[in-house]
Formats: sequence, structure tokens, C-alpha cells
Amino acid sequence: MRSASLLTLFLASAGFAADLDALVRRVKAVGPEGAGNRDAAAAWKELSQLDGTSLVPLLKAFDGASGIAANYLRSAVDAVVEHDRVLKKPLPTDALKAFLTDRKNDARARRIAYELIVAADPKATAMLPTFLDDPSLELRYEAVQTAFDATKALPKDSAPAKTELRKLLSASRDKDQAEAIVRELDARGEKVDTVAHFGFLTHWTIAGPFDNTNGKAYTTAFPPDQGVDFKATYTGKGGRNFGWKPLTTSDKMGVVNLNLLYPRPNAPAAAKEPLGEKNVVAFGYTEVVVPEARPAELRAASATALVLYLNGARVFGRESYHQSFDVDSYIAPVTLKKGRNTILFKVVQNDGQASWMQNWQFQLRITDALGAPVPLTQIKPEDFGKETP
Amino acid sequence: MTRTLLALAAATLVAADWAEFRGPGGRGISPEVGLPAEWSPTENVAWKIDLPGRGLSAPAVVGRKLFLTSNSGMAQHRLHALAYDALTGKKLWERQFSTTGQTLCHPKTCMAAPTPVAGGGLVYFLFATNDLVATDTDGNVAWVRSLALDYPLATNHVGRAASPVLYKDVLIVPNENQGTSLLLGLDAKSGATRWSVERPLENNWTTPVIAEFSGKPAVLVQATKSLAAYDPITGKSLWSVEYDGLTTIPSPVVADGLVITAGQGAVALRPKADGPPEEVWKSSKLSSGTASPVVYDGKVYSLRRDVLVCCSLADGKVIEEVRVKGPFSASPVAADGKLYLVSEEGIATIVKLGGAKPELLGTGDLKLKSGGEGAEQDKALATPAVAGGSIYLRTDKSLYCLRAAGKRS
Repeated sequence: MRSASLLTLFLASAGFAADLDALVRRVKAVGPEGAGNRDAAAAWKELSQLDGTSLVPLLKAFDGASGIAANYLRSAVDAVVEHDRVLKKPLPTDALKAFLTDRKNDARARRIAYELIVAADPKATAMLPTFLDDPSLELRYEAVQTAFDATKALPKDSAPAKTELRKLLSASRDKDQAEAIVRELDARGEKVDTVAHFGFLTHWTIAGPFDNTNGKAYTTAFPPDQGVDFKATYTGKGGRNFGWKPLTTSDKMGVVNLNLLYPRPNAPAAAKEPLGEKNVVAFGYTEVVVPEARPAELRAASATALVLYLNGARVFGRESYHQSFDVDSYIAPVTLKKGRNTILFKVVQNDGQASWMQNWQFQLRITDALGAPVPLTQIKPEDFGKETP
Repeated sequence: MTRTLLALAAATLVAADWAEFRGPGGRGISPEVGLPAEWSPTENVAWKIDLPGRGLSAPAVVGRKLFLTSNSGMAQHRLHALAYDALTGKKLWERQFSTTGQTLCHPKTCMAAPTPVAGGGLVYFLFATNDLVATDTDGNVAWVRSLALDYPLATNHVGRAASPVLYKDVLIVPNENQGTSLLLGLDAKSGATRWSVERPLENNWTTPVIAEFSGKPAVLVQATKSLAAYDPITGKSLWSVEYDGLTTIPSPVVADGLVITAGQGAVALRPKADGPPEEVWKSSKLSSGTASPVVYDGKVYSLRRDVLVCCSLADGKVIEEVRVKGPFSASPVAADGKLYLVSEEGIATIVKLGGAKPELLGTGDLKLKSGGEGAEQDKALATPAVAGGSIYLRTDKSLYCLRAAGKRS
């Protein structure tokens, strides 16, 4: 009798797993433009009616799920938890903890597991310090933020507080959070090399201003778009001749302000910010060396239209003007080759006259997928174009 | 006893839904009556609930259910679709999603800026990230779209805010940006794209308005210097007109067969069965900053900075200008012979309508600034919703149900 019951349980369990897998496959089949939505929604309905024992399998299903599929799955988890809560069924917290602890599991799903565990037992926030180096950015963010909030309460002259803040800054991968920690360190007399912390590229050579009077510069192939020649002389806006000029920015956030390089003739002396030329294009070129080929992200900021080239190939472009200028505004996944890599940054300014249309600058860093700077050597302008050291 | 009262109240709910941005037809008016003429933290507040994260979307109310969005978490990556009992404020369900689009924006706004729209048994939650989710009213997911992945250039760093609107079985989604600019008509049941119209390459925060003229439906979209009309079923262009002064923040309004544009001044247009609309009048005084105009009882009301401008709908002539307490992001709403103006600080000015000129009637102050020194300031940027004998006012952090004392619903 007992064996028969176990067999029934086993078969039921195997059937449950097979059913769930089939439903998950239908959800994961969703595509762009609404493709697969009808079938995914029908599968969602069935998934959402499962009980709490399905939570961990549902979370495992996040592995490899697209952003759209993951949103189906996460809302199915919400529904499962909701009706189990009504029925006063306990969550499978041990299984959720095991899922959370395994860092190989999907980062999005591990965060959900953490929230479910904490909802069942608020004291589970005690595990937060274990997430300071977590691949889940959300878990890491909360771990850093909680420790940061506690550390801020320590006396301003506390040496352990400064040590802790340095540790938290190193752990943080969120720009706003990192800047808040830098400000706290500064208030405690501790200076932070923000260029080094974020990994901003500071050594450049610049060519400009090319002419954008016709408003088509973003799609126009200027000579640098077709290949960088350090010895070339170009004819740009207003018939001016120019070549490449080395520039190493001393800005603490690695910003290259093109308005300073190309000031507007007859700009009002009372202008709050330096005003640059309008309807112009500039190129920034730099080189970095990495010890091995590796995936990376070019993370760029520009308030105006931009194009990024890596090793001569276009890897990103966006034609929009007068956006905000924020760290990591644009992210281009790339593969760096072993040794020397060249980067060309095209920045286009249009004719907008309003005060908020004057920002013309750029910023770039190279990071891993979590936002940590890639270990690299940036070549100085005088060594651009030379053999890899 | 409480249950009995709630049952009585539920039974007497007025069937005036407020299912989209600025209510039925985007007109900002409701047939509800018995609404409060003043309120304070302790007066005429039926309930208040704290919301997860923040937001400035407005509630959509259908029957006894209220739908809302918010966002939270690291870099605003968490999106919340919420449903509450409109009578009691009890949460009915919540579905969470992660962004598939970028979250950069001006600090004044956030990813929960577009207002949900409900109809045909479904609710459509659009976020500024261009994530779009349809659920039924019980929270069952009907479909999910990532317009961010479909149109990667359809984004801006100021923060998108235009809301979707519904016409029969077509969900119309404004998606106008510098990189990619589209007006989309989606199949409301499946989310599939039925039609797509290219729009001017500029960031546009106006919400389309649907109306019928000479028995023909049109979806009206305002942009800089232009107002265009499309067939909501096919997306076919019906007409387009150009005027200086039209802007990309306030939305137009339709009343008595006229379209009133919004921006620096206003134009009243009368669409015809065929061909471009006829210009009825123009007014340089009837300007709108962020808030959209409203038409009530033959008069047009707009907020020109901190001045309420009242014009005649018939000829556009100014009847009265009244200085009021601003600044305003929320659009005015009118109901029960009253005009409700809610400032960003959450201070409401209630104006009596129906007479020859508007008269100040009362105020409502929820004391959003009273958190004490160092307290994070709450703010009120969302347009109020009016339904079920109540005014629903969403602040950045909370949702208030304002109901006249002693009134059950």
C-alpha cells in the first residue's frame, strides 16, 4: 500500500513537472511585436493557478527567459503567492533559500526568492551582507544601501566608518548609490578618485568642428567615420582647417566638454555655462589595451547624437538631441580583442537655441556586464597608433 | 455593521467610471454628484493608503475596482500594476514586472507616469519604459509587450508620460520620440500591432483624444504646431492642421463638436464630415502650461501658470481670470458644479461653476509638506479621478479617497 502511494506520488510529481515545463515553454516562446502572446497568456493562466510548491520550478524557469517571458513568469509568481496567502499556506522557504543561495540561478529570480523569504520572515534581511558581491544587481544594491545607511549614522571621525564606506563603494554598481557614498566619504575628509572608481577614459585626441549646417551629420560619413589618420588635415565648418589635437580631461567624471574646445564666437559674457558652436560635429579617439579578448560594455554619455566605433566597426548610434547627460546613458555590448583596441566617439550638435539645448560633451567607460570597470591600460595620446607596448 | 454599510455603499455606487487619463473621452469631467467642496487630513478623507515606490499616473476606476501603477527599486527597475477596492482602499491584487527599457528621466517624473486605461474587461498598464501589460480586472495577464525592444529608439531621457487610449478593440499607444516616433494601434485582445503611423520626430507627452464627429470616430493627436486626426480602426490619416503655439505637453479637449487645442493660446476647430476642420475661434489668452484644458457648461477653463482662465466656448472670449495657488502639473477636473485644481504641493482649489463667473468655493490641503524638517516631500502631480461619489487623488507616495462626510459612495 505504502509503495503504491509513493508510486502515485512520484507519478503525480513527474506529471506536474512535465506539465509545468510545457507551460513554461509556451511562455518562453513569446517574441517581439506581440508574437505568441495568446498562447503565453493561456499558459500563464494555468501557471498562475499552481500552488506554492511550484514556486521554485517557476523561478528556475527564468533561466534563459527573455525580458518579456520573464515578466510573464514573475507575474505568475505573484499570482501563486497571492492565492496561497489567501489560503494561509506557508511558503516553501527552505527551498527558496536553497534557490537563492545558488548564484548560478537567474539573478532576476533570485531577487524574487529573496523578497518572498523576507515577506515570510522579516528577520531574513540578516542575510543581506552576503550579497555585497552578488551577481544580482538588485540584491547587491540593497546590501550596499542597508550597510551604507547604517554607516552614515556613525560619527564623522570614525575610522571604521571610512573603511566600511570604501568597501561599500567598491561593492556598489549603481551610479547614484556610488555617488552618494563618494559624497559621504568627502564629508568625512576622504577623497575618492572617481575617474578610477568608475573607469572613465580620459586620454583622447579630438578632431573638429566638422559642419552640420545641413542637419545631416549623423548619417554623413566624414573622413574620421571612414578611418582615423592622425596626420590628416580636415576642412570643417566655415572652411576652417584642423587636425587631431590631444586632450586629457581632468574632469572628475571624465567628461570631455566640447563647448570649451569649440567656444561660440561672440557668446554672451553673462552665460552661465560655456557656450559652444552649433551645427557642428567632433570626433574623439582613444586606445585601450586588455590582456585577453573578453566581452565588455561601452557605456557612453552624450546629450546629443552619438556614434561609437570599436576597432573601426560601428557598434552603436543614436540620433537624438538635448537628452539628459548621465553616466551610462547608452550601453553597447562589445567584444574587446586581445591587445590594443581603438575607440572612436562621434558627437553631433544641432542648431537648438534654448538654454537647455547647449550641452555638447561626452563621457565613456568600459565595464563588465555588471558595471565594474574592465581592467585595462589606457594609452596616452602621444602613443596612439603605435605598436602595443 | 461595517459590512452592512459597505454592502449598502456598494449597492449605491454610481456607474460613472473614470477609466482613462482625464476620464471619459479625456474630457476631465464626471457626472458624479455630492462631491466634497473641501478637505483636510482629517476631513472628507474616506481612506488613504501608502503605495509601493512612487508614481504620477492617475487611477483608472471601473465599477468598484481602481487600477494604478507605480515603480520602485534600484534605478526604477521594478514596475507595479495595482488594483484596489475603490470603496475601501483594500488591495485586491498586484502584479510586478521588470523594465525592459531604459529608466533615465527628469527627477520630477518617473517610470509610472502614463495612466492605465480600462475597457472590454481588460486593463492596460503602460510604463515610461515602454513596457505595456494587459490584464483582466482580476489580475490575470492577457498579454505583455516590450515596445522598448520592438522600437529601441523610441525613448527619451526626460521621461515619457503620454497615456494609451482605447477605441472598441483597438488600444492606441502614443510613442512619439526623437529617435522613433509612432502612433500605434494594437489589437486590444492580443497586443499584436494592427497599424502604425509615423509621427513627427520629437518628444511628445500629449495623450491622444478619441471623439466622434459627424458620426465618424477620430483619434486626435497634438504635437508641436500640429493637430492630426486618424481613423482609430485603421490608422488612416483623416486630416491635419498646423498652428503656431501648439505644444507637446498639455492635451487637447473635445466638447460640443469642437476640438480645443492646448499650448500657447488655443484654437477651437470644428471637424467636418470630409476635409479639414473649420476654425471657429482663436484665443491668445487661453494658454495651458502642463495641465490640459477642460470644458464645462459652455465654458473653457485652462491654467496659464497660476492663473485660471475662463473663456466662452462659443467665441473664445475671456470671461474671467482668477489667480490660484499653483504650480500645476495635474489637469483640472470638473464635476458636480465644481472645478478641482490640485497644485503640485497637494493644495486643491475648488471653484464653483455654473454662475456667470467662476467663484472660489473652498480648499483642500492634505498637508503634504508637514512631514517635518528633513522629511522627504510628497507631491501631487497626477490628475484626480472622479468616480463612485469620490475623488481619488494620487500623490507620489499615497492614494487618497476624498468623499463627503456621511456619503457612503
